[in-house]
Amino acid sequence: MKEFRFWFSEQRGTLLALGIFLAMFAVYLTNHPAIVNNGYTVQGVGNVVQTAANKGVLLALVAMAQTFVVLTAGIDLSVGAIFILANCLASYIVVGSPLTVTAGVIGVLLTGALCGAVNAAIVIFGRLQPIVATIASGAVFFGIALWLRPFPGSSPEFASGLASALTGKLFGLIPTSLVFLAAVVLLVWIPFRRSVLGRAVYAAGSSEVAAYMSGMPVRRAKFAAYVLSGVFAATAGLFLTFFTYSGEASAANGNTYTLYSIAAVVLGGVSLFGGRGSAIGAIFGALAFRAIGDLLFVFEVDPLWQPLFQGIVLLIAVSIGSARLFRVRNRLELFG
Amino acid sequence: MTDQTSAAPARLPLSQRIDLPVVTAFGCIVVLLLVGSLYSPNFLSPEYLLLQLKVGAFLGIIATGMMLVVLVGQIDLSVPWTVAVGAMMASAATSYGPMGEIFSIPFGVLCGVMIGLVNGFAVAYLRIPSMIITLAVNSVAQGLMVAYTGGFSPQDSASPAMKFLAAQSSFGVPNAVIVWFVVGALAVFLLTRTTYGRSVYGIGNKEAAAYLSGIPTQRVVMIAFALCGGLAAFGGVLLAGYSGKAAQSMGDAYLLPAIAAVVLGGTSILGGRGSYLGTVAGAILITILQSILSVMQIAEFGRQIIYGAIIVAMLLLYGRDKGMR
Repeated sequence: MKEFRFWFSEQRGTLLALGIFLAMFAVYLTNHPAIVNNGYTVQGVGNVVQTAANKGVLLALVAMAQTFVVLTAGIDLSVGAIFILANCLASYIVVGSPLTVTAGVIGVLLTGALCGAVNAAIVIFGRLQPIVATIASGAVFFGIALWLRPFPGSSPEFASGLASALTGKLFGLIPTSLVFLAAVVLLVWIPFRRSVLGRAVYAAGSSEVAAYMSGMPVRRAKFAAYVLSGVFAATAGLFLTFFTYSGEASAANGNTYTLYSIAAVVLGGVSLFGGRGSAIGAIFGALAFRAIGDLLFVFEVDPLWQPLFQGIVLLIAVSIGSARLFRVRNRLELFG
Repeated sequence: MTDQTSAAPARLPLSQRIDLPVVTAFGCIVVLLLVGSLYSPNFLSPEYLLLQLKVGAFLGIIATGMMLVVLVGQIDLSVPWTVAVGAMMASAATSYGPMGEIFSIPFGVLCGVMIGLVNGFAVAYLRIPSMIITLAVNSVAQGLMVAYTGGFSPQDSASPAMKFLAAQSSFGVPNAVIVWFVVGALAVFLLTRTTYGRSVYGIGNKEAAAYLSGIPTQRVVMIAFALCGGLAAFGGVLLAGYSGKAAQSMGDAYLLPAIAAVVLGGTSILGGRGSYLGTVAGAILITILQSILSVMQIAEFGRQIIYGAIIVAMLLLYGRDKGMR
């Protein structure tokens, strides 16, 4: 019984995000015009779920990228820029034959890893505060994206086969993007979390000094966190290219994804003070956040008022998720 | 009370009185100007320097508010749309006849203060991390303005008073520079000569200790956010006066520079340490950097890259944390 209580208190954020997501998505499905008009056919529901999944996976990947850094008690305000940079780069190099496509995908992911490594080097060896360092490095990454794609554009030989495979449906039912996301969780996140480095990330986030004193590989762990963050942001950028078949260096898009990734992480129960939460929570946070936006669309809110409603929902959701007032045990802790 | 205790502390030797970040920042300004003068001698002319001070005044005023918030160990990411709210609300008030014209500036600033109060209440009393709540408030402010303006730049134009403060000169000195000087003098007075200012530094160093020594920390933090909101909106009011009207997302270009100006001026992003002179140096430094990059006609992407790289490089010179040992 006690075991269960510990498990529950650790997973509370994830479960809450899952609950919010399921509730919102149920409302979304039962009110979607395509479903309401045509009845519940496998085809119809499948298409709606596929569209929602594709949009959700994009944010989920960026939110996972944010999670790695937030777990170390840092913050990465350059995820949006890396995401956009990967998008612009992919629209050039993920082209042609299967061999060159593979090389292109690897190139994009390596670029993401490199961006993450630059952030890590500035934060760990340069000893700058992550928030300032990543704002500045984000400007550099976005500048490179702008250099690649001064105007939105695409390459005629873009790997549309791979793109439609990854954004389509498996067996005509399950969205491939969701399967991809599940595979990433199983193959990357869970092994990482159980590894020494993963534990060290959590330890460094809880108390960097204590982790250092206990001989944990703090520097290597933080380095791995930033590099993985870059790789995940680049993966999201790849996916964006698979949806749009083109690259666009849009500053607004980058800023939006940075903002939403933080919101998704907080909704998913990851503590911004580091050391608490999981990428799985962040995924559900991202899906729940997307569902909020979709609900506004389904209920035909005037487009002019949508940003306001989205802002207010964001405000309420993150406030409840992160207000420390309701969690302190004594008055002095409030000021700690 | 003996004279001993009430006297000012003994003067430190010169080497310890010099503020390294401030000196470095001013040094970098001189270096930038010299590099620029190799390109064109105009960079050293008084007219050019005065123009830079005028352009930098808007950033300087916005950075003043940001500095207060950074000093208490928080950050305000709602600056972009607070700037826009200030500009739009002041211009909107102008279109309501003569009374609106008179109250346009106070009204714009008041709207900014309200945004700041929301931020401050959430951070100080509800204990929501400032990074989250100010981002969320920023998007609410954006939503409000989009709904109000219909997504277009509003047609209302700035009031004569706004134009006078931002775009005209008195006695050969641009009014914007004078306004910045007044705001700066008030900020220095507030930070170094009042209980409130010393509380700000105390809270930035260790809020629990400040609380235990009887400082009403929650109120101090909330007021810091309110001042930041008000100053950001005031910056927006002046910007609207400068360009004649408000525009959508006019404040987006001021978030990174405001934070960078504060941090480049030697204020610790963790709070509790920093002088206003440093923020002045940071604001001027960034303004001149932007000006030189645009005069040299470097494409937008190059400007972004150089801009980000220089900020990182300068911070590596003197903004580093202590090692973990």
